[in-house]
Amino acid sequence: MSSHAHTGHAVVVEPSGFVSKYIFSIDHKVIGIQYFLLALTAVCIGIVLSLLMRFHLVYPGAHLPFVSGGIMTPEQYMALVTMHGTIMVFFVLTTAPQGGFGNYFLPIQIGAPDMAFPRLNMLSFWVTFLAFVAIIAAFVVPGGAPISGWTGYTPLSGMGEVTGPGEGMGQTLWIVSISLFCLASLLGALNFIATTIDLRAPGMTLFRMPLTVWGWFVTAILGLLAFGVLLAGGILLLLDRSAGTSFFLPAGLVVNDQLQPHSGGSPLLWQHLFWFFGHPEVYIAILPGMGVASHILSTFARKPVYGYRAMAMAICAIGFLGFMVWGHHMFLSGMSPYSGFAFSVLTMSIGVPSAIKTFNWIGTLWGGKIQFKSPMLFALGFVSLFVSGGLSGLFLAQPAVDNMLHATYYVVAHFHLVMGVAAIFGIFAATYFWFPKMFGRMMSEPLGKLHFWFTFVGAYCIFMPMHFVGLAGGIRRYADATGTTYAAALQPVHVFMTYAAFITGAAQLIFIFNFFWSLKSGAIAGKNPWNATTLEWITDSPPAIDNFGGHYPSVYRGPYEFSVPGYKQDFIPQDLTPQQAALLK
Amino acid sequence: MPGSTVEEVELIGTGKGGGGTPAGDDGGFGGGDEWRGPSGSARVPQRAYVTGMVIALGGILMFFMALVSAYIVRKDMPNSAWVQLNVPRVLWLNTLILIASSFTLARSRGRLLADDLPGFRHWWSVTTILGIFFLIGQVIAWRQLAAAGLFLATNPASSFFYVFTAAHGLHLLGGVLALLYIAFRPTHRLTRGTATEIVSMYWHFMDGVWVFLFLLLLLGR
Repeated sequence: MSSHAHTGHAVVVEPSGFVSKYIFSIDHKVIGIQYFLLALTAVCIGIVLSLLMRFHLVYPGAHLPFVSGGIMTPEQYMALVTMHGTIMVFFVLTTAPQGGFGNYFLPIQIGAPDMAFPRLNMLSFWVTFLAFVAIIAAFVVPGGAPISGWTGYTPLSGMGEVTGPGEGMGQTLWIVSISLFCLASLLGALNFIATTIDLRAPGMTLFRMPLTVWGWFVTAILGLLAFGVLLAGGILLLLDRSAGTSFFLPAGLVVNDQLQPHSGGSPLLWQHLFWFFGHPEVYIAILPGMGVASHILSTFARKPVYGYRAMAMAICAIGFLGFMVWGHHMFLSGMSPYSGFAFSVLTMSIGVPSAIKTFNWIGTLWGGKIQFKSPMLFALGFVSLFVSGGLSGLFLAQPAVDNMLHATYYVVAHFHLVMGVAAIFGIFAATYFWFPKMFGRMMSEPLGKLHFWFTFVGAYCIFMPMHFVGLAGGIRRYADATGTTYAAALQPVHVFMTYAAFITGAAQLIFIFNFFWSLKSGAIAGKNPWNATTLEWITDSPPAIDNFGGHYPSVYRGPYEFSVPGYKQDFIPQDLTPQQAALLK
Repeated sequence: MPGSTVEEVELIGTGKGGGGTPAGDDGGFGGGDEWRGPSGSARVPQRAYVTGMVIALGGILMFFMALVSAYIVRKDMPNSAWVQLNVPRVLWLNTLILIASSFTLARSRGRLLADDLPGFRHWWSVTTILGIFFLIGQVIAWRQLAAAGLFLATNPASSFFYVFTAAHGLHLLGGVLALLYIAFRPTHRLTRGTATEIVSMYWHFMDGVWVFLFLLLLLGR
């Protein structure tokens, strides 16, 4: 092996069999695409579930051919809520930005030929896949999918079939799936962190890393510290369900006229363990999107990221503060007002690094020669949605306000805008931006723009009115609100949101078509179609098996040298030596 | 650790200009690194494995701390139905065995660094056997508890006892397998120096976790 190292140009032989090349591959690029396709499958299922919910809210008495019994029961509606949340949060928002794009581009952007531990990387994906199989299996087992929400609150989730359909085998599968997902994410996080620390190319200092890498790096640290806690909680919950322990189950619970044989457990303990994971999880979903947005805004404004170091530090600050605010999900749990106050102040303090990021995004755009390509549109959409969704977070951070709004659609609107749709826009931006690198062909611009406008306007049409439904007292998680006078009065707004949801959902077919059509028929991309500066653009599209084709880049400058005064070319790639760059003057 | 040092020197390629510190105007901290091995076997710098182990231990620590915080919260619940558990005496012996195994493992690493391979293998085997003894001892503790009528679901204290010992025991079983793996199979991606280093880190860490859990079960009443 040492003789190979000395040549410096060792040719890595690409695996020839289909299975070793595309299925059990240890190439981070193939694994990244596998994660991406897994997330694409999951998001299609998640969207269908949400459309079923929206339909049911508007037509609660409708006969549905695929529902046993014809009319959807409240329990079946809750199963949709649970599965939509679980699939979207874990298998889309966590899987696509980090497992998908992070896997594919982190090694390339730091100039490495692969992840530090490629076999571990393959294991991470396949365990994630198993977790996905387990959660989908919950649909078809007796009793169907669980009904305890994506948060799996105890005691509902801890007692088995007696608490409702889906709380038998379905809930068990949910816990198994989440635990497997935790395990896979821990292995993935380990790989991401070690790769970023030890595999950077010569000259790639921490403050020359693209902000995308900062996003993935900090996300991996959050995952490392958060997923182990959920795993511990999941194991205890599984024991409560199947071994008769009482970690989370109090004494004297009577469910369906049966006294439950538990004693002394604490349902709040589950909430603490869950949200200690759950709050960092929302940053796991959004931080890669922030990195991608910064990267793309800079590239298409042809300007350096404004305040690069502040941006990197803001990512770290958000990650750090994200571990101290889990209690704001539990203001209604009867916590001490002093704890509530502390969690409230800490929560609002996240507004500071978030504002730094927003100001710097605007600063990056200011005076730029903006090119409104599809990735840029989605990055701008990300900023817009992050601001709109984030602002309502400041209201919800106050216990007094949250007490009133917590069980309403206001919260649903808030988190969908800020972590759901914003993160999805980050994923779309990344897809349009990196598709040429991943597959060697451009995606269609007209279709991309059409997709953007439908999705952007559609997302606001769904979730902006939802805030007002919440303010008016519209209660979330209720399958049918038409039975009460005040809630029935909000029904026309629900009808509007449902129409918007169906149109927006249908518009995603434009994306699916564009994706697969462009794979075959898109224009040939070339190495650097966007005139970008970072290392992924100096190699072939798609990159060779070892990323740089036997060549190992060195880095001489920061990641965003656009429109540097005195140069004829408005971008200077990171690997250009000072001598080579001087020729561009 | 002569083994890994030699390996690292060999991994540094010389094919390209620039080196580790190209002229830069950015001046960020952290100087990239010298790594430029080819793809394929043994291409990752050995220190990545050490970094990876430190990171893994961070994740494992969070897992155990979650269980410990659950223990503390659950114990002090009003109406907790807590029945204090007297830990089986054999745990004292197990703890001594595990602490001893850390010393024999350190001894083994010392022999390796002194290029005394037979000494390395000897103390490595002793460590492995002590590790297996510890696991057997934990199973004996379980059987004693079971004989006394204390099972996983009997009361919260026994639940936590079984959860702690099982979670730690599984991690230690992984450690024993790693010890056996290094003993019986020469590694090719990892140098022996690095492999023994990361296994040692893991083993000492798990030793520390056990001492902490043992003290918690003993004193946390």
